[in-house]
Amino acid sequence: MNNLIALIPAFPFLGFLLLFLIGRQLPKPFIAWIGAGTVCAAAVLVLLLGIQFLQAPPADGAYTQTLWQWLSTGHFSCAFRFRIDALSLVFVFVITFVGALIHLYSVAFMKEDRDYARFFASMNLFVFAMLVLVMADNLLLLYLGWEGVGLCSYLLIGFWYETPANCRAANKAFYITRIGDTAMAIGLFLLFKELGTLTIPDILNASPTHFQQGASNTTLIALLLLAGGMGKSAQLPLQTWLPDAMAGPSPVSALIHAATMVTAGVYLIARMHVVFQLSPLAMAATAVVGGLTLLVAGFSAMVQTDIKRILAYSTISQIGYMFLALGVGAWSAAIFHFFTHAFFKALLFLAAGVVIESLHHEHNIFRMGGLKNRLPLVFKTFLAGAAALAALPFVSSGFYSKDQILWYTWSAGGGSPVLWMLGISGALITAFYTARLVIVVFYGEMKTPVSTYPAKLMTVPLVILAVLSVVAGFVEWPHNILHLSLFSELVQKVLPATILRTGIPSEIVFQGIAILLTLTGIYSGYYLYYRNTHVIGQWQQKPAFVAVRNFFFSGWGFDRLYNTVFVKPFVWMTDLNKTDFFDQINKGLASGSRQLNRWFSYSQNGSLRWYVAGVLVGVLFILTLQLFV
Amino acid sequence: MPFNSQTVLIVAAILFALGLVGVLTRKNIIFILISVEIMLNAAGLAFVAAGMRWGQPDGQIMFLFVLAMAAAEVSVGLALVLQAHHQYRSLDIDQMKALKDEVPG
Amino acid sequence: MILVVMISILLVAGFFCWLLAQWNVSMVKWISLSAVAIDFLLTCFILWQHSVTPLLNSPAWLVEYRADWIPSFGISFHLAADGLSLLLLLLCFFLGLLAVACSWNEIHQRTGFYYFNLLWTLAGIAGVFVALDLFLFYFFWEVMLVPMYFLIAIWGDNNRRYAAYKFFIFTQAGGLLMLLAILALYFIHGAQTGTYSYDYFSLLSTTLSPTASRWIMMGFLLAFVIKLPAVPFHNWLPDAHSEAPTAGSLILAGLLLKTGAYGIIRFVVPLFPQAAAAIAGWAMLFGVIGIVYGALMAFAQTDIKRLIAYTSVSHMGFVLLGIFSFREIALQGVVMQMITHGISTGALFLLAGMLKERLHTRDIAQMGGLWTSMPAMGGMALVFVMASLGLPLLGNFIGEFLVLLGAFPANGPLAIIATLGFVFSALYSLRLMQRVFLGPLTIETPLRDLNARELATMIALVISIVLLGIYPQPVLDLVRPTVMQLVEGASVATR
Repeated sequence: MNNLIALIPAFPFLGFLLLFLIGRQLPKPFIAWIGAGTVCAAAVLVLLLGIQFLQAPPADGAYTQTLWQWLSTGHFSCAFRFRIDALSLVFVFVITFVGALIHLYSVAFMKEDRDYARFFASMNLFVFAMLVLVMADNLLLLYLGWEGVGLCSYLLIGFWYETPANCRAANKAFYITRIGDTAMAIGLFLLFKELGTLTIPDILNASPTHFQQGASNTTLIALLLLAGGMGKSAQLPLQTWLPDAMAGPSPVSALIHAATMVTAGVYLIARMHVVFQLSPLAMAATAVVGGLTLLVAGFSAMVQTDIKRILAYSTISQIGYMFLALGVGAWSAAIFHFFTHAFFKALLFLAAGVVIESLHHEHNIFRMGGLKNRLPLVFKTFLAGAAALAALPFVSSGFYSKDQILWYTWSAGGGSPVLWMLGISGALITAFYTARLVIVVFYGEMKTPVSTYPAKLMTVPLVILAVLSVVAGFVEWPHNILHLSLFSELVQKVLPATILRTGIPSEIVFQGIAILLTLTGIYSGYYLYYRNTHVIGQWQQKPAFVAVRNFFFSGWGFDRLYNTVFVKPFVWMTDLNKTDFFDQINKGLASGSRQLNRWFSYSQNGSLRWYVAGVLVGVLFILTLQLFV
Repeated sequence: MPFNSQTVLIVAAILFALGLVGVLTRKNIIFILISVEIMLNAAGLAFVAAGMRWGQPDGQIMFLFVLAMAAAEVSVGLALVLQAHHQYRSLDIDQMKALKDEVPG
Repeated sequence: MILVVMISILLVAGFFCWLLAQWNVSMVKWISLSAVAIDFLLTCFILWQHSVTPLLNSPAWLVEYRADWIPSFGISFHLAADGLSLLLLLLCFFLGLLAVACSWNEIHQRTGFYYFNLLWTLAGIAGVFVALDLFLFYFFWEVMLVPMYFLIAIWGDNNRRYAAYKFFIFTQAGGLLMLLAILALYFIHGAQTGTYSYDYFSLLSTTLSPTASRWIMMGFLLAFVIKLPAVPFHNWLPDAHSEAPTAGSLILAGLLLKTGAYGIIRFVVPLFPQAAAAIAGWAMLFGVIGIVYGALMAFAQTDIKRLIAYTSVSHMGFVLLGIFSFREIALQGVVMQMITHGISTGALFLLAGMLKERLHTRDIAQMGGLWTSMPAMGGMALVFVMASLGLPLLGNFIGEFLVLLGAFPANGPLAIIATLGFVFSALYSLRLMQRVFLGPLTIETPLRDLNARELATMIALVISIVLLGIYPQPVLDLVRPTVMQLVEGASVATR
């Protein structure tokens, strides 16, 4: 199996190469076969690999394969080496499996598009880059994948490039994530300066002896890596790109901006957990960033009207939960939430894509409604996803993962009541906006007629993902209910187990509160948007309510803030110096010479008598010098 | 008559100055040429005086040189004056400024 | 001897082009193409020869030729190539081939004289990369300058006179300073040892007083940083690049700038190690200023060739930063940066030339949505725009990453500021992509996508930039002896 793991990313890469080079000449079915087929092949390979991994784990806990020496100079050495351990395996599985489903869905979804080949080329490249990211054995290779997914995200957000707004969204996404990436690159330089290596196992082995607990250089490195993760995972204050990134096609949002790429930050932090553990400050920062993000994004999600933007904000919020879990030291809980979130959020985006497609590209949820009977399959699958998002007790995967996180935010080593408060209020908000979304879209009267119905190729992935959204949580149960923790046992081969504090109230109390708040949230959504819809109308008369609503709607004004603080001054400054200040010096030199020339020209005026006088003055001058000096 | 080179040199200096003033103030080329002749002769006079003072023949030899040169100068100069008059229809030196530098824009 | 052959092939072919153009213009093109191709193959042949024997054990100088030229003044015709020189020769002839290819249909006037100038510039550049006699070096330095002046002044764009003068005055001012420095070094060395010689190896052993060393080094350094160019001596570059014909921009950006970097590596640091170490901090600072300033300027430009020109300023800042950190990793990065920047920026200028040929403008405000009509060109542009913003998997990333990785221990704060260049490079690169290829299509006239000749050149460039990105090890091995010598020399000096 060691010699096969490179095939996993190789398949999508091959697909990309074929489509990039000759894609425009191929007929559409061919393109679909190449595009979706390569990813499906990778998924099958991963399934085989995963079965073998679970049955007979490799001796050192990981499969590795070296392709070739990439760089070797001085003390620095990096190889194209892939490494799959338990943590990578979870990510690789999600990427290929969800990726394959989304590719199949896209075959039908993008059928009418003239740039079919370009779409699948970019998607395949994305899967390749994402696989490289999570399979990389050294941080340089990880960075390659990291930037690669950024590129694909850029290409796919701006896929319909003829609309300027889409291009702006794509650029924004690239710029903001690049800020995080740059911080991460600086972190890599610092790591190399300290440890002399960028190979991940070496870093993890060397760190505890090299770094001191809580030393400032460790904290700096961890914070820089965290900044990298914040950029990619759209955490505060670098979250503004993700809602705009919804300009891309729905499968893109599902794959890149929900299931996989945006969780790269979670992967990075989990991967470098040893460095983070050495810095309590960085851990606390991670938790606080996650906690604040989940609330800020949750409030914004409550008032959005665009279905995809609601989901985008909820993605930011859910990744906030993962960061929160990482920050308190609940490593496996974070990865578990990633695992379940990938299924239900991909499902929600795909289902939203069907809804939008069926309603003539209508994005506004208040112009939808009543779709329950018109699109029953979509409704049922969407409901499964929404239940998971809202963490509906016991019957949804989201419940198991989120409940674990909420419990750990208080009880784990880095946990605290304040963080728990943030998490639990986030749970209430999540339940509320999920209920609002489902009710407004699928219940009530129909406002836009359904024009097209989804093809079978689109509904099958929905069903599979819906099933997974329900059952994926069953691999890990709360300890006080059932001792079944397959997932954390797997992940804890790589990640440390969560340390619990002592003297914490019983777990059941927390579960009770969480369930209660979730149900409250769902009920208030139901109450406000189904039972008593006039209440909202009354509120909308009040200017204070409208102001708050607009504030949340605009994403807490971050866009406007950045625009005035960074973008405008930058553009103004560069525009001011467009002609290059330094050139003025040269131009000054040139015009100075010219002016001198003009002055000396006066003496050459052609008048003979002037010249004679000049000679006379010169002679007198020399004679004077001779006589008196 | 007792020879006083100082007096002669003063006369030469006055003559030279007169010639110089003539060159500087006159507009007509002919007059300028005549002024130049006066200056040359002033210089010649100074040579002769110096020769007398040191009892050497060199001063007078130099005067012969000056004389020959003056003759050549006058002949060439007058030829040029004729040409100039032919071209410009005038002998005013202030009108002949073809060598003036054109100041670039 | 093979080095002499290479240079003379170019010189002789240049003369033939000039003479034969009256009779047969298409033959001229083929002559120049084959002359450069022969040189390219010869360089490949040398490299292949030395790859048979392991490079790490072979002496630093792989090929050498020495003959007397003007013995009474100690001037010899001394050419030699080590790994670095060979690599740059390879780049020189590779880009030379592309330059000939891209001029194929662009030049209609005085074709013979054009190819004469093109080949002579290439010969001068090749000479600069292999000359080991300082007088000869100066000679080649001028040989590459004058034909380039004609290329810009005769076949350039509307404002070509101004650009050509500016280019000439800047480079010549630097060149004269270098000549003064060479002469000073020559006389000091002669006075010390009694033998007057311009030979590189003899001059290496000169002992200089700190003051003399500082001033002479400044003479060399100024010539090279003007060529590089470093802020604030960069102003000739945007004008010259934007006004020159496509092949001119390609050679300027791809090769002429590298002669500056090469000069610093070959002459400034080995000849004056102490003085170079003394100003290292300042030089790195100017490198970083160049990175940031060039990027900001590039962001503001609306002329596509000016924009690309300013990205060169930004990228060459990494070279200055890397050289003066005196670390092996950083110097390897510098060499990678020189090669990959030559390829990627050369490719961008080729694309700009193709755009100009089709649209008759360089103003990006008049472009937009060109992907729709020219998807192949858009794809190619995407690759090189990404290379320019330092995407891993493409060569430029390796160069920049190694430079920063090596510079970090030398000067952390400056390296951090330089890393911010990643953000700025994304800003200007994506702006270029968006304004030219994305957005709604604004041009109604049908546009022709890449033809076979253009596609072939672009594919050659894409392959080389990707190869350098995923397997740069041969390059690193090739220049390793040179780099190690430099690092050792510098570390002895600072001790």
